[in-house]
Amino acid sequence: MFYREAGQFKSSYATDQAIFPLLQDRIGFFTILAIAFIAVPLLADDFILDAIAIPFLILTLATIGLNVLTGYAGQLSLGTGGFMGVGAYACYKLTTAFPDVNIILLILLSGVFSAGVGLVFGLPSLRIKGLYLVVTTLAAQFFLEWCFIRIGWLYNYNVSGAIDSPERSLAGGLVLTGPNADSVTRYLVVLAIVAVMTLLVKNLIRGRIGRSWMMIRDMDIAAELMGVRPLVAKLSAFAVSSYICGVAGAMFVFFYLGSVEPSAFSITLSFQILFMVIIGGLGSLIGCYFGAAFIWILPIFLRNALPAIGIDIGAENIVHLTSMIVGVLIILFLILEPHGLARLWQLGKEKLRVWPFPYA
Amino acid sequence: MDLLNGIFIAPFVQMADAPDFLVQVLWEGFVSGILYALIALGFVLIFKASGVFNFAQGIMVVFAALTLVGLYQKGVPVILALILTMAVMGILALAVERFIMRPLVNQPHVILLMATIGLTYFLVGLGEFVFGGEPKQMITTELGLPTGSTEIPFGAQGVVILQHIDIAAAVIAIAMVTALALFFNRTRIGRALRAVADDHQAALSVGISLHQIWAIVWFASGLVALATGIMWGARSDVSFALEIIALRALPVLILGGFTSVPGAIVGGLIVGIGEKIGEIYWGPLLGGGIESWLAYMIALVFLLFRPQGLFGERIIERV
Repeated sequence: MFYREAGQFKSSYATDQAIFPLLQDRIGFFTILAIAFIAVPLLADDFILDAIAIPFLILTLATIGLNVLTGYAGQLSLGTGGFMGVGAYACYKLTTAFPDVNIILLILLSGVFSAGVGLVFGLPSLRIKGLYLVVTTLAAQFFLEWCFIRIGWLYNYNVSGAIDSPERSLAGGLVLTGPNADSVTRYLVVLAIVAVMTLLVKNLIRGRIGRSWMMIRDMDIAAELMGVRPLVAKLSAFAVSSYICGVAGAMFVFFYLGSVEPSAFSITLSFQILFMVIIGGLGSLIGCYFGAAFIWILPIFLRNALPAIGIDIGAENIVHLTSMIVGVLIILFLILEPHGLARLWQLGKEKLRVWPFPYA
Repeated sequence: MDLLNGIFIAPFVQMADAPDFLVQVLWEGFVSGILYALIALGFVLIFKASGVFNFAQGIMVVFAALTLVGLYQKGVPVILALILTMAVMGILALAVERFIMRPLVNQPHVILLMATIGLTYFLVGLGEFVFGGEPKQMITTELGLPTGSTEIPFGAQGVVILQHIDIAAAVIAIAMVTALALFFNRTRIGRALRAVADDHQAALSVGISLHQIWAIVWFASGLVALATGIMWGARSDVSFALEIIALRALPVLILGGFTSVPGAIVGGLIVGIGEKIGEIYWGPLLGGGIESWLAYMIALVFLLFRPQGLFGERIIERV
């Protein structure tokens, strides 16, 4: 009734190729943007911003990074945590070496370093496929983790072995990072970076490079026969993916955690992000948001909701119970909808199109 | 020059100087290789019969060991605890077949892989919920496993120390592999299993029940997990830190090929021995701790030359 394309004609190439061809979609999109940029900072308290909104956005960006590699280019990777770590450590080194340069610029620059590392570990993908490739990305993960612990130069030889984000502010005196930074400021910076990156990735995927990634994913030999160069396609997917993960990793330290041990970028993080990709839907950008929300917010919700409805079994058991519930939900989701939450979203939109009738 | 000396000369001089130490290192590598092989064996069993890369194998190892120790601590006699643990692994196999394998049949590899990771989360939560999260001591003596060690004189004045538990681990591992090989090749169920591994549909058409085979395979790898859990548990504590060894089994599988039982053994030995030798003789060059990634690097280099593994079936790709 409300969600119809009837009467909306595409009279030029540009309107035909628009990201949101439907008026209703555009209204919805700008409403969400308005809520995210205006309503959330005004209404949310520090807990919601610090514990939910900021990490959710950062993890979404990392999920987008992995989705480029796994969902669009079809290369399964378990090295996400390591690549995020490279971004974080690169940013730390850069900002301690050049304290006067704008921190946002450095965060964007630090992704370049992780893209370089990603390229190197992407090289075996030219010969190795599928589950076998997981081993090479695991090699990246464990090797990088080892570097973060053993190479003192990376954390400026400080005693704790951890890196913490120093206080950095804009020219106007607005504190962006460090312990004195305001939650709302950090939230807005993160949101802006994530929104812009999402737009860039969306356009990258709609273009020639993205199409060549998808060809490689669907059948690499056929793609090669049709003139896609696997070297360029696979390595560019690795580079773009690691760049995004690196930026996410740098933000993870500078805008969310503040101070990290190397163990923050362990294999657990890689798995968590792979979950977000799969639960959200392989090869879908909106799925990244859904997946990150599901995996990040559900445990927090369960931890707070279970005591609220009277199941009081002690904090430790709640954690265990949460782990069980998450496991069951993951399996349930895979059984009910193997294509992820993005597919559910799409089905919902199709249902809405013919609503209130069951079919058109 | 120092670096070249450190890489190419000094380690070998060190080896030649102390042959007893070298043998000791080789033995240690051999034992951990056997244990890797046991974990890899659990993977291979399931992968062969159902094409599922069972990520939960590592947690099944911990879960089995935890159940055994937990039951014993609750006052169950040791034999009964052992039988009950086997029963638990059997129930787990049936549940996995009914609630994961059956609804997800014919899905892409990555979906099944994710489902087993979901199973991992569930088992971690369940194990900690029922038995508590703190590390436990494996009931080595109660199970009748030997403790203590033997010193064997070696060379002029050196000795090699063999832990009895390690010898027992090697013997049990070899016995299990033999038993499995016989089971695969000599029994009716074993043949059915190989038929399923070869072609699901063809196996169905000659009247082999996939459900039954899957349950049997998951049970078999549950038992392998129990044996592995006891052995690993005896060498260190029983805790969820053991979970990480599941990832160690991955390079082992890669080296051996996903579908080969002898491959799992040889791969395990290569990784186990390579890791120990690398850590002891070349590790100090890089500041130590290289054990955590060396196995993956070995597998990575290996893969570049032989993408299907040592004993894997040749990969033929068609468009």
